[in-house]
Amino acid sequence: MIERRPFVQKILKNRQTNLRVVSGLGTSTWDLMSGGDDKANFGFIGAMGQAIPFALGLAMAQPDLRILLFTGDGDTLMSLGSIATVANHPVTNLTIVVMDNESYVETGSQPTATAGKTDLEIVAKGSGISNSYTIKNEKDYDRLIKTIYEEEGPSLVVAKCQAKATPLVFPHSFDGSVSINRFMSTLKS
Amino acid sequence: MEGAIKDWRNDIYKVFKELEITMVSHVPDAGHTPLINLCEKDNEIDVVTLTTEQDGVGLSCGAFAGGRKSALLMQSSGVGNCINALALPNICRIPFLTLVSMRGEWGEFVPWQVPMGLGTPKVLEAMDVKVFRADYKEEVGSTVDAAARFAFNTNRSAAVLLSQKMIGAKQFKNG
Repeated sequence: MIERRPFVQKILKNRQTNLRVVSGLGTSTWDLMSGGDDKANFGFIGAMGQAIPFALGLAMAQPDLRILLFTGDGDTLMSLGSIATVANHPVTNLTIVVMDNESYVETGSQPTATAGKTDLEIVAKGSGISNSYTIKNEKDYDRLIKTIYEEEGPSLVVAKCQAKATPLVFPHSFDGSVSINRFMSTLKS
Repeated sequence: MEGAIKDWRNDIYKVFKELEITMVSHVPDAGHTPLINLCEKDNEIDVVTLTTEQDGVGLSCGAFAGGRKSALLMQSSGVGNCINALALPNICRIPFLTLVSMRGEWGEFVPWQVPMGLGTPKVLEAMDVKVFRADYKEEVGSTVDAAARFAFNTNRSAAVLLSQKMIGAKQFKNG
């Protein structure tokens, strides 16, 4: 099992300038912000299920950048159909990393479907995202970095991680208009 | 009659071109089909088929963040699927435009369409979406133009309800 926070921080630490990072609501956003404030990040704090479609739209609009989405299994399960949409309107620059802790940790660690019979790697492959795999420990870091920066997407990586609560790390602002405008300021040429 | 129907979809398409709307997402509805076909023939417009209407809200917002304008096409039954997703353009002040072909109103044949048809303007307004409506084909172009400018100039969400009167009530019959 991966310890999610240091893993996310390690990915962010040596980030390249062509990377833009989006996170799904809840723990994924706190993970992203724990790597330090960066205008090239945009974190959801609500609108559950919308992170994958948002990342798809962004990747379509910015084909010269690499787009990385960190999100959770709960957020992903809410919009499973969006995986089919990503697969059928393919963008080569998008990597979705599902931090799969098999639980709704923020609300009391109720088990998600991935704690049961559901496997998101197989869902992704069955939906048509052929570049999908599961990682279970930090040794897979190099493989993931290659996927994020070099491989032809779309890719969906399931990162099996510990289901433990981590400290809340809030973004620069809870006001979405502030967050999106800071993020957009990094996209103007 | 067929020629007249095509005309008002052409009017919407002209607004897309004039305002540089280059991404169109949809869960298809027969009322939108001529417009979808026009957009698919246009190399400058990406057409994205969704599995649920709400994903068009996120897609549209991500595209706008990346510098592209888009529109979501759906039937009134899809509006209900979008409610929580509409928080995203609202709280981020991202312009959001949707064109809704209405069911459950003018001469409706299918009773299952009526509840969401009646609820459509109410739920949109409940989520702070500015609701425009076109009842006659002559006003479609100007109404879509006004709604699009409202959305993109004021960074708000706007919907145009396209009356079932223009689209025609669907009659189920074999053959």
